[in-house]
Amino acid sequence: MSTTVAPHAGAVSGPAEGAGQRRPPSFFLLAPSVAVLLLWMIVPLALTLWFSFQRYNLLDPTVGGFAGLDNYEFLVTDPDFWAALANTLVLVGSVLAITVVGGTLLAVLFDQEFPGRNVARLLAIAPFFVMPTVSALVWKNLMMHPIYGVLGSVARGLGLEPVDWFADYPMFSVIVIVAWQWLPFALLILLTAVQSLDHEQKEAARMDGAGPVSQFFFITLPHLGRAISVVVMIETIFLLTVFAEIFVTTSGGPGNATTNLAFLIYARALLQFDVGGGSAGGVVAIILANIVAFFLVRTIARRLEV
Amino acid sequence: MATVTLRDIRKSYGAFEAIKGIDLDVADRELVVFVGPSGCGKSTLLRMIAGLEEITDGELAIDGKRVNETGPADRGLAMVFQSYALYPHMTVRQNMGFALRMAGVPRAERDRKVEEAARILQLGTYLDRRPKELSGGQRQRVAIGRAIVRNPKVFLFDEPLSNLDAALRGQMRVELTRLHEELNATMIYVTHDQVEAMTLADKIVVLQAGRVEQVGSPLELYHHPANVFVAGFIGSPRMNLLPGTAAVANGTGVEVDLDAGGPRVTVPSQAAGAASGRAVTLGIRPEALRPDANGPLYGEVKLAERLGGLTLLHVGLAGGQNVIVQIEGSAPTRAHEPIRLAVDGAACHVFDAEGQALPALRRNPLAA
Repeated sequence: MSTTVAPHAGAVSGPAEGAGQRRPPSFFLLAPSVAVLLLWMIVPLALTLWFSFQRYNLLDPTVGGFAGLDNYEFLVTDPDFWAALANTLVLVGSVLAITVVGGTLLAVLFDQEFPGRNVARLLAIAPFFVMPTVSALVWKNLMMHPIYGVLGSVARGLGLEPVDWFADYPMFSVIVIVAWQWLPFALLILLTAVQSLDHEQKEAARMDGAGPVSQFFFITLPHLGRAISVVVMIETIFLLTVFAEIFVTTSGGPGNATTNLAFLIYARALLQFDVGGGSAGGVVAIILANIVAFFLVRTIARRLEV
Repeated sequence: MATVTLRDIRKSYGAFEAIKGIDLDVADRELVVFVGPSGCGKSTLLRMIAGLEEITDGELAIDGKRVNETGPADRGLAMVFQSYALYPHMTVRQNMGFALRMAGVPRAERDRKVEEAARILQLGTYLDRRPKELSGGQRQRVAIGRAIVRNPKVFLFDEPLSNLDAALRGQMRVELTRLHEELNATMIYVTHDQVEAMTLADKIVVLQAGRVEQVGSPLELYHHPANVFVAGFIGSPRMNLLPGTAAVANGTGVEVDLDAGGPRVTVPSQAAGAASGRAVTLGIRPEALRPDANGPLYGEVKLAERLGGLTLLHVGLAGGQNVIVQIEGSAPTRAHEPIRLAVDGAACHVFDAEGQALPALRRNPLAA
């Protein structure tokens, strides 16, 4: 994209050298999509930045005007913010670990021949197509509810005390739900990668005396490296903004036990009506996401080189 | 010492029988080539020897010991794959040492063996590169090196040169011959390229549809093919096969009347099985035909393929058949000219109605 657009700035009047003749039309043809993309990105970003420097509380219209860095100061001195940051990292890290490890093992498993493999694959991938709100509701009311839930029934059947998951292990419960949703995605990507492993490589490893476990660690896992980094990158981007699952199940609680950055911003702006403070949180989230994206894209771009 | 013995080896996929009972003895230090058209089962047979495919029936023995139930790693074999199957994330050194690492060989000894193999294959300067940084020929050598370091009883090659360009293929062919001498190992080599088969083999096994058509030295197959299939498969350009009738069969050979007309061709074959009047097929190698102003066969040159040293003439005979004639590159014959051909009967072959060759009266001295 950048290579196509960049030369336009100075080269329009330059000497036409073959490709130069096509430049003005292609510029005009590109312009609408570039303009829409710019508007889409720049306007919300600029507004968020602007609000983050304003005193802007929906409950008190009399307070207004430029706030300087006050919103940011309140944010970083708020213990909730650091808790939310930690929760975000715990959530992203745990879900990534579960989905990558589980996805890799499941991918190798579903690569084996067994009767009903296609149906099993379909079922394993199905959770990805359930929308987050629905799956969170299902988990909350049908699985983890201490009275009506399946887990509670099982516990009672075994003569144990049912666990009130969202009260006693709130973060763990949210992680379970989100991991359940994203495991199929990892499985899908990693399964295609496992299938692309050269058959003769596995046979060569067999001839070289590598058993199933050695084959997994020395042949399959290195082959999956690239696919795993793609899974990590895509999942990280989405997991930083997990919201529906938390909103539906715990609403960030108990206390701030499951409040991540996205939920904190929502709470600031739309529960406490502090638009300025919420916007400051949003800017921090943008900066964080960009730092993560920078490192991820750099490492993955190197891996993707063939 | 490493011999391989196959006794009535069979392979079935459900109702389909891919290998239909093969008996074969591979002697120590012999280079045996399996050759045949696509789908003849040559690769399957090799993979069965390697242990990558189950043997449905029959017995496979290495050094006289039954190995049907032994896993591929424990048969003491090493295989070079068509796609090389190098591990892309490992360096050349790690690739070549992988089998030893799996076998728990200490690092120092591993390194020594890898260096030794690299020296034989002239790969010394590439040991720390990855496969993708190597050319096709170098990858091929790494794949061979991976086999060498294991010091196997038998080397198995599955069409190892088919991914290389023609020049490199010729070079690797020479190198493989050298390796076979230097390593003094038993080798089994699968190819569909008959030039590779002819140049490399001590013994060629011609396979078709899961059966052995003929086993013999390269020149034995060339000069004394057992049947029409082997006659057509070995030799390039293909042998010309013309329908005819056995006229006279006596102690000096068989006289054949070609359906295309012309005089009788006398072939020094044993007459048994070719009573006069029976339909036979006359096999004439392209070099057994030559232009001759008084020759008995008459036709028109349809195409002249000039290879430089040789010229191949595609001749449409008056009777309607096409034959290929190999002549000197210096011959001036052009396309669309009429031509008369003489046949060297002594170099011809006669096949009966079932396609089996009538045995020659005299064996070619080179085809011992």
